[in-house]
Amino acid sequence: MADEKKLCLSGSGITKVFGIGRQKTVAVDHVDFNFYEGEIISIVGESGSGKTTLAKMLLGLISSTEGDIYFLGQKRDISSQKKKQEYWKNIQAIFQDPFSSYNIFNKIDSVLLDCIHMRGGRKLPYAKKVELMSEACSFVNLKFEELTNKYPFELSGGQMQRLMIARIFLLKPKILLADEPTSMIDACSRATILDMLMQLRDETGMTLIFITHDIGLAYFVSDSVYIMEHGKFVESGTADEVILHPKEVYTQRLINDVPKIYEEWDLSTV
Amino acid sequence: MKHIIRQVFHSGKFVVGFCIFVTILLVVIIYPLFITDSPLAILGQGTFFPPGIYVSTFDSINSPTTYTLDLNDAAAVRIANKLSSDDRLAIKDWLLVAGIPEDQIDITDTKKLLDQWSSNYDPKKNIPGMTNAKRNYFVRLDNSLKGLLSAEGAIIATKNPETGILEQTGIVNQSDYVNINQVASVRWLPLGTDNFGRDVLNELVKATVVSLQIGFVAGIIATLIGLTLGLLAGYIGGIADDVIMFITNLFTVIPSFVLLILISFSIGQEQRGAFTIAVVIGFTSWVWTARAVRSQVVSLRNRDHVNLSKLSGHSIVHIILTDILPYIASYVIMALILQISSGILAEAGLSILGLGPRTTDVPTLGLMMNWAMIYQAQILGKWWAYFPVLLTIALITFSMNLMNTGLDQVFNPALRD
Amino acid sequence: MANVMLEVKELTTKYITRFGEDVYAVDHVSLKVEEGKALGIAGESGCGKSTLALSLMGYYFAPLHYTSGEIIIDGRNISGMNPDEVRKSILGKEIAYIPQAAMNALNPTRKIIHFIEDVIQEHELYITKKDIYDRARKLFETLGLPAEVLQKYPVELSGGMKQRTVIAISVLLLPKVLIADEPSSALDVTSQKMVIKMLRQLMETGLISSLIFITHELPLLYNVTDDIMVMYAGQIVEKANSKEAVFDPIHPYAKGLMGSIIVPEKGLRDVKLTAIPGVPPNLKRPPAGCRFAERCKYVQPECKVHSVDLRELEGGRTYRCIFSEEQLRKAYQNG
Repeated sequence: MADEKKLCLSGSGITKVFGIGRQKTVAVDHVDFNFYEGEIISIVGESGSGKTTLAKMLLGLISSTEGDIYFLGQKRDISSQKKKQEYWKNIQAIFQDPFSSYNIFNKIDSVLLDCIHMRGGRKLPYAKKVELMSEACSFVNLKFEELTNKYPFELSGGQMQRLMIARIFLLKPKILLADEPTSMIDACSRATILDMLMQLRDETGMTLIFITHDIGLAYFVSDSVYIMEHGKFVESGTADEVILHPKEVYTQRLINDVPKIYEEWDLSTV
Repeated sequence: MKHIIRQVFHSGKFVVGFCIFVTILLVVIIYPLFITDSPLAILGQGTFFPPGIYVSTFDSINSPTTYTLDLNDAAAVRIANKLSSDDRLAIKDWLLVAGIPEDQIDITDTKKLLDQWSSNYDPKKNIPGMTNAKRNYFVRLDNSLKGLLSAEGAIIATKNPETGILEQTGIVNQSDYVNINQVASVRWLPLGTDNFGRDVLNELVKATVVSLQIGFVAGIIATLIGLTLGLLAGYIGGIADDVIMFITNLFTVIPSFVLLILISFSIGQEQRGAFTIAVVIGFTSWVWTARAVRSQVVSLRNRDHVNLSKLSGHSIVHIILTDILPYIASYVIMALILQISSGILAEAGLSILGLGPRTTDVPTLGLMMNWAMIYQAQILGKWWAYFPVLLTIALITFSMNLMNTGLDQVFNPALRD
Repeated sequence: MANVMLEVKELTTKYITRFGEDVYAVDHVSLKVEEGKALGIAGESGCGKSTLALSLMGYYFAPLHYTSGEIIIDGRNISGMNPDEVRKSILGKEIAYIPQAAMNALNPTRKIIHFIEDVIQEHELYITKKDIYDRARKLFETLGLPAEVLQKYPVELSGGMKQRTVIAISVLLLPKVLIADEPSSALDVTSQKMVIKMLRQLMETGLISSLIFITHELPLLYNVTDDIMVMYAGQIVEKANSKEAVFDPIHPYAKGLMGSIIVPEKGLRDVKLTAIPGVPPNLKRPPAGCRFAERCKYVQPECKVHSVDLRELEGGRTYRCIFSEEQLRKAYQNG
């Protein structure tokens, strides 16, 4: 099995420095990673650990100060708008806050149409586009007829996040980066969102990268886990290794500090 | 969009401001359709004719029909018009000096008063402490009172062109009237004339149009510059941001009005048309718009919907137009309104200093103020020359600020109640 | 039977919106908290748990209005009391409340000790600053907070420290009941643990007699409280002791809620998360029948007809459903 795994996204020495001179802050500090195709990866870190900056670099929204990212074994080239567009056909994202993820002036149709156009469906007849959009909506348990001509802010947070998944369903990227996709929605809707993401992954075989602070979520969903602290990966490995048998002090502390229900939660460690 | 407009018109402040502004606009649009006189045409020989209806005396005399009206109070009104209560008190003063006991003087009894006056007045007589001006006043008063009580009409005489002798051609009785509608030449000057003898109302309407144009041109130029620079600095960031903000900060620390004065002065009186002034105002007042737009764009740039738009493969132009501009549109419109009203004020300020547009083309509100000030209308009490102008400026800026506050209430959730 | 510190009978409070509509966010809620016990309130956002916390204080301000019911703190009925009176003699002394973002309520220009002076001087006029300082230092030491904090400005403290300081200030007057509304939700996990530890300490040292803890994070709730009350759409749907409420819920909604817990513990990966489709009802127009009927897997036509009363089981456990415990358990077994 292990030798069959193909590298999907990898990087070495990725660094991001903000500011210059004395105000210089190193947000991401020489991180190395190898994400394999079809894997579910979690990058876990507390706020300020640089995980969102890393996510933006993976997405190509900001450039790295140092280090190269390799996509499917080749050095990633996003030097022009055209090359970026090409790259973004392969990597997409779901953001934390569904309420700020949509342009409030665009209707839901235009959000979904954008995705069809991006997949080269600009010239399709409108009926075919509607069919595609309905299919995507029904995948996430929404009804396209009810959504058409509505604005995203008329939906609930959970519905908006599902619409985001419908977008991914249409785009079928090779990699999906989910930046805290469930932290702003209720626990009950969380399961729905996670189920849909898993189902989508099973259907498309895409690589799923979760960026999260919730170590429970990371354990629940992922194959491999990267623990991030102050811009560095302190520990990585399979979920069972990292979370059930942590080696690093920081990981141990992080896991210790999360409330447990099956075992006794040791409060004496703080 | 519809929803937003409906919300805007639910704001009381906006509606009041909008109504005032639209009324002003309608007046300045409709008025010139009916009154087509040149606003700078000089009508009056003299300065500051008071507001009123001006009837041609010549045409009244030569009116095709005259009417005889027996009005009881006609004489009283005529006398009152010539002999004011101040005049009566002055007469009383003279009579007292002339030695008539006070209890015999009744200033309400016009006939007795005039009798006493004609028998006692002596232009050569000198009252102790009487100034020259006072003496002249009494002479004038005496002349004007002559024939005041006579019931005789006035004789109209024309000169015979051959003999050069005056021949009586008609008589105007005291009970003769003409209908003002039948008089050939009547001119209503609702706001009188200014120092050059020009119709103030006509001038004011034209000046309002020009000032609004100046405001709009200045406001649009300032907003466009500010918007463009703000968008570039905010969205592109990096060195572009640093350079643009450096220039903006330079302009911020130089008071823009001083800059305005210097530029206007260096252009020279002859080159300063209304449009030039508008452009100069526009180019000196974009700073705050640029700063405000930049800070808004910086916070918008990092929002997820912009990231999502990027991931959807949209170009920078598309992102700026659809994901950034609509979010700051309300803000920019508010800035535009403020820029327009401050443009109008800036023009008025410049003109009052004599640095406004050249005076030969068109009037502006500022120029009208300038003229009124130079000819001391405010000292002479000729309110019609400056007060309507002030009121117009105040109403325009007030209505615009009101609209701005109204919009602010709609678009700024923190101010919503 | 232990002393009942807080008893609430059929409390109903409402919000009046700008358009004059009534929103009953707390609808006939009854509860009892005994001395030395901690009660947890769980539910998704918008279910009325924060409103309940506000209502329990007896201090109402627009748009929240009191409608009916009784609040009895240690034998003293405070419902219907004049707000000024409540503020003077109840808040802080009898009942203390820590709102969601309490740590942001500290004025950044004043030292911590000044807030403490404010609180104590409001209630004890002739106390010297020295005495106040000594008392505060003693309290802080008991709670394991460094005494230097007293002389610092809020901005000099970390988020977790600020939050713990606010909690310490709120128990200065030794209230009988402390209501903590999401006291740890904006903090990182380590600070969160410290806050939880402190709440437990408060109970153990007897600084407060009982605690009402509100959070949407169920593992936290389980670790702090003795009893858990699940709220849905302004009503209580289930109340049980913590263990039963988390591991053996009866009400379908509680079942769904507890089934969505994720913790990093062995065996969790094989658990299937339960999802509850749909959204809670609009409380401006609550449904006539069971409020959960629209989203319930086991819904029957009669669920939507009449409002459902709470059923009480042996041992004081209550739930709000038309089905009996056995019927529900059977339904869960069959999926």
